[in-house]
Amino acid sequence: MKNNSMLKYTMIRLRRNYLALFGLFILVVLIVCAVFADQLAPFGYAQQDYMMIRKAPSAVHWLGTDEFGRDILSRLIYGSRISLQVGLIAVSISLVVGGLIGAVSGYFGGKLDNVLMRLMDIQMAIPTILMAIVISSVLGPGLFNLMVAVGITYIPKFARLTRASVLSLKDQEFIEAARAMGASHTRIICLYILPNCAAPLIVQSTLSVANAILFAATLSFLGLGIQPPYPEWGGMLSAARPYLRNSAYMSIFPGLAIMFTILSLNFLGDGLRDALDPKQKR
Amino acid sequence: MSENKDILLDIKDLSVQFNTDSGVVKAVNHLNLRLERGKSLGFVGETGAGKTTTALSILQLIQTPPGEITSGEILFNGVDVRRMTEAEKRHLRGGDISMIFQDPMTSLNPIMTVEEQIMEMVSLHLNLKGEAARERAIEMLRLVGIRPERAKDFPHQFSGGMRQRVVIAIALACRPQLIIADEPTTALDVTIQAQVLELIKKLQQSEKTSMLLITHDLGIVAETCDSVAIMYGGHLVEYSGIKELYTHPKHPYTQGLFNAVPTLESPLGSRLAVIPGLPPDPTNLPKGCSFSPRCPYAKDICHERACGMRELEPGHFVDCHFPLTPESGNAFLERPSKEAE
Repeated sequence: MKNNSMLKYTMIRLRRNYLALFGLFILVVLIVCAVFADQLAPFGYAQQDYMMIRKAPSAVHWLGTDEFGRDILSRLIYGSRISLQVGLIAVSISLVVGGLIGAVSGYFGGKLDNVLMRLMDIQMAIPTILMAIVISSVLGPGLFNLMVAVGITYIPKFARLTRASVLSLKDQEFIEAARAMGASHTRIICLYILPNCAAPLIVQSTLSVANAILFAATLSFLGLGIQPPYPEWGGMLSAARPYLRNSAYMSIFPGLAIMFTILSLNFLGDGLRDALDPKQKR
Repeated sequence: MSENKDILLDIKDLSVQFNTDSGVVKAVNHLNLRLERGKSLGFVGETGAGKTTTALSILQLIQTPPGEITSGEILFNGVDVRRMTEAEKRHLRGGDISMIFQDPMTSLNPIMTVEEQIMEMVSLHLNLKGEAARERAIEMLRLVGIRPERAKDFPHQFSGGMRQRVVIAIALACRPQLIIADEPTTALDVTIQAQVLELIKKLQQSEKTSMLLITHDLGIVAETCDSVAIMYGGHLVEYSGIKELYTHPKHPYTQGLFNAVPTLESPLGSRLAVIPGLPPDPTNLPKGCSFSPRCPYAKDICHERACGMRELEPGHFVDCHFPLTPESGNAFLERPSKEAE
C-alpha cells in the first residue's frame, strides 16, 4: 500500500467504532460464504427433493425448504455470490466511469464540464428504478446485464461527488506546483487529484454497494434480474411471496440476509467516513 | 546594460491582463527585465503589484481564461517561451526553470512521501528511473540537510521549515538554470527564514543557477540578490544593482518603501513613515504615472503621462520624470510633521 500511514490511522480509528467492526465482520462472513459456497452449502442450489416440499426449518434443512424442496440455507449461501458480485462490480463500473467523468469535468471546467454535467443531470432526472428497468429490459435479463444496469444508474452520483472534490482540490498550491514541475494533465489527474479525493469516494462506494445489492434484489424481485434456478435473494423473496401465509420462513430468511448485508455495509460506510476524516483526529 | 553579457532571461514589453466580470485587470504592463546567468534578481513590490503574475508568465502558467498575455516576448536562452509547444513548455517547467512556492504547508502533495515527490520531478526530466531516481532524491535531501531516514515520511510529519527545504530540494533536483522563488520565506518564522535563505543562496551559488526572488522584504533582497527590480501597480518603476539602489534610490516609491522599514535607531514611540493612500486599483489604473496620486513629488506632467524607463546611471533604470537626487531630501518624512503642526 502506498500511503501506509493514512491506512494505519484509518484502521486505528476504525477499531474504536464497534458498529463498523460489526459491519466488517458480517462482510467477511459473507465473502467467506461466497468464496467457499461449494464446501459450505449442505445441498446444491438446484437440488430438488420432492419429499421435502415447503418444510419448516429442521435438523436436516436448517432454514427449511422451498416450493421445489430446495434447501434455503444452501440457496442463501450461493445467493451471496450473486449479491456480492453485483454489489462490487456494479459499483466498480459506476466508480470508474463516474469518477473519470467527474474528474475530467471538474479539472478542465468550461464547456466540457457544462456538457458532461448536464448529461448527468438528465440521467438524474429519470427515476433510478425506471432507468434500471429500461436498461435491463433492453439488454435482457442475466447477471452481467443486471450489473451493467445497476452500474449505469449510479454513475451520476459518483461523477458529481468526484467533480466536487476535484473543484476544491485543483486550486490548491500543490497542484500548481505540480504544473510548475512540468507534469502533464493526465499525470496530475491520476497521481495528484484522484488519490487526494479517495476518502469520500471510498465512503460513497461502500454505501453504494449496499444500495446496489438492494437494487439488484429489487430488479430480481420484479423478474428482471437473475433467472431461476440460480438463487438470488431478491428473486427468492419474490418466489416466496405466494406462500407468505403458510410458509413465512421462506421469505423471512432471504429478507434477513438482505437486511443484515445492507446494514453491515452501511455501518462500515459510516465508520469509514468518520475514520477517513482527518479533522476528527483525536 | 551592455549587450554581450550572458543573458539567460530577457523579458521584453510583457503585458498580462485578467478579463474578469468586474472589468479588465491590467496586472502587468509593458515590463522589461533582464537576468544574467548565475545572477540573482530581487523582485520587490506590494501585494498585487504583479510580481507573481510575471513569474507565472515566465512558466506559461497563467490561467487562460481569465488571464491573457497581451503583448511581449519572454526569451529564455534566446527562445520565446510563448511560442513553445505544450511538450516543450512541460520540459521547460521543472527542467530548466523551477519554482519555489510561498507556502510549504500547501505546496507539497499530502499523500506522497517526500522521496516520491523528488523522484517524480527527477523521473519527469532527468530520465532516471527506479533506484537511480531514489538515489538522486536522497542526495537532494542530504543537500538541504534532511537525514535520509526521513525520506519515506509524509509532508505532514515535517515542520514548516523542513517542508520548505523539501520544496527547495524538489526545485533543485534537476539542476535548473533558473529558480523562481515566490516569497519563499513568508510563511516561516524569522529564525527559519534566515536558514532557508542561506540555504537557497548557498545552493544557487554552488549550482551556478540564476534566481528570481519575489518578496516584499527589502532586507531579504539586500542579503541575497545582485540586483533589484521594484514593481508598482503592474509597472516596473526602478531597476538597478543592489548597492546603487540601496544607497541612491531614484524613484519616489522606492524611497517611500525604505522609509517604511523601521530601524533600530528611530526613537521609541515614533510612528512608522507610511506612503499616503492605497495601491492603485488594477482595473482602473491612473492616467499617467501610476504612482502619481500618492507621490509627494508629483507635478502636473506626472498625472498626464508616464515617463517610461530611462537609464540614468549605467545599469540604473528609473521610470520617473523627476528622479531623486541627493539634494531632493525626503518629502515622505516632512509630510506627517507638517500635519502635526
